[in-house]
Amino acid sequence: MIYSIFIINKAGGLIYNKDYSGSIARLSSNEALIFAGTFHGIHALASRISPAAGSDSAKDSGIQTIDTDKFRIHCFQTPTGIKLIAVTDLVHTRLTDVLTKVYGMYSDYALKNPFHNLEMPIRSELFDTKLQQLIQAS
Amino acid sequence: MSTPRPSLMKLDTKASRRSTMLLEHNVIKQRRDKVGLNAFAFLFAEIIRYSQNRVLGIQDLEAKLNELGQRVGVRVFELAMWREKSVHRETRVLQTLVFINTVVWRTLFDKQADSLERSTESEDEYMITDNEPSILKFISVPKEMSSFSPGAFVSGIVEAIVRCCQCPARVTSHVVPAEGMPLRTVILLKFDKEVMDREKRLEAGK
Repeated sequence: MIYSIFIINKAGGLIYNKDYSGSIARLSSNEALIFAGTFHGIHALASRISPAAGSDSAKDSGIQTIDTDKFRIHCFQTPTGIKLIAVTDLVHTRLTDVLTKVYGMYSDYALKNPFHNLEMPIRSELFDTKLQQLIQAS
Repeated sequence: MSTPRPSLMKLDTKASRRSTMLLEHNVIKQRRDKVGLNAFAFLFAEIIRYSQNRVLGIQDLEAKLNELGQRVGVRVFELAMWREKSVHRETRVLQTLVFINTVVWRTLFDKQADSLERSTESEDEYMITDNEPSILKFISVPKEMSSFSPGAFVSGIVEAIVRCCQCPARVTSHVVPAEGMPLRTVILLKFDKEVMDREKRLEAGK
């Protein structure tokens, strides 16, 4: 099951963060911001030190999953630099399809919302509701 | 076997062919093309942002969207009149409202409006309800502007149409969420006094 979702903008700032499980310890908002910044940094590092011989694409895709023995962090980076991060248990091995749907929802309910400013935290009830439905369905 | 002769080469790209064809299309014939909702949603979001920069306050924003809707409404009315084969221009209040509910909504949103009601408190107020207005699907109004209804654009379209049908009214839009329908929008029409007097006279004269 999916424990939480984070969305990080191009500059590394946290624009959305939501917990979906009642049982795990919650991050305070400060800790969530620090997590987002740190993740942004290590993702950038990983995409540069990748040993894949320099092919056409200058940048590698960076971190896709981080495993620990209790949980797994999945990351999906969009071509526009937004990173969608999901923290799940060890059952899910690849969450690309779910994260692609979340990206679709972001582009629907955040980008088409006239009251949303780009790269700012997402404050949209429709986005929250639809995301909750998606997470509970998967 | 002789090889076929190459025909005369015309500098006729597909794009230029399509644009000249577009101008030669028959206005009356019902077009099957539809505008993508996503494309319109981006345009509409930018319209709202643009208007927000030029007004002070929610009432002015709704008034500005209403005005933009009126410009659309006049043209939509003309086009609907051309394309629907079986209608004539309505001049009575109830027929106008039914016309809006069915023909206009079908032209704009490819469905019919969900309900038409007369208000019980005052006899010159009517309400058109749309349970899920497709153009408002992606808009969530922040809490500090909760009285703003982006359906003001649609209310402008309706206002222009009732004006064209000789039943001028003040039209506003309100968001009335219901079970499972958080975007339910009600268009409230308040007809002018002359219209209601005329209706009474016509009813009495029958």
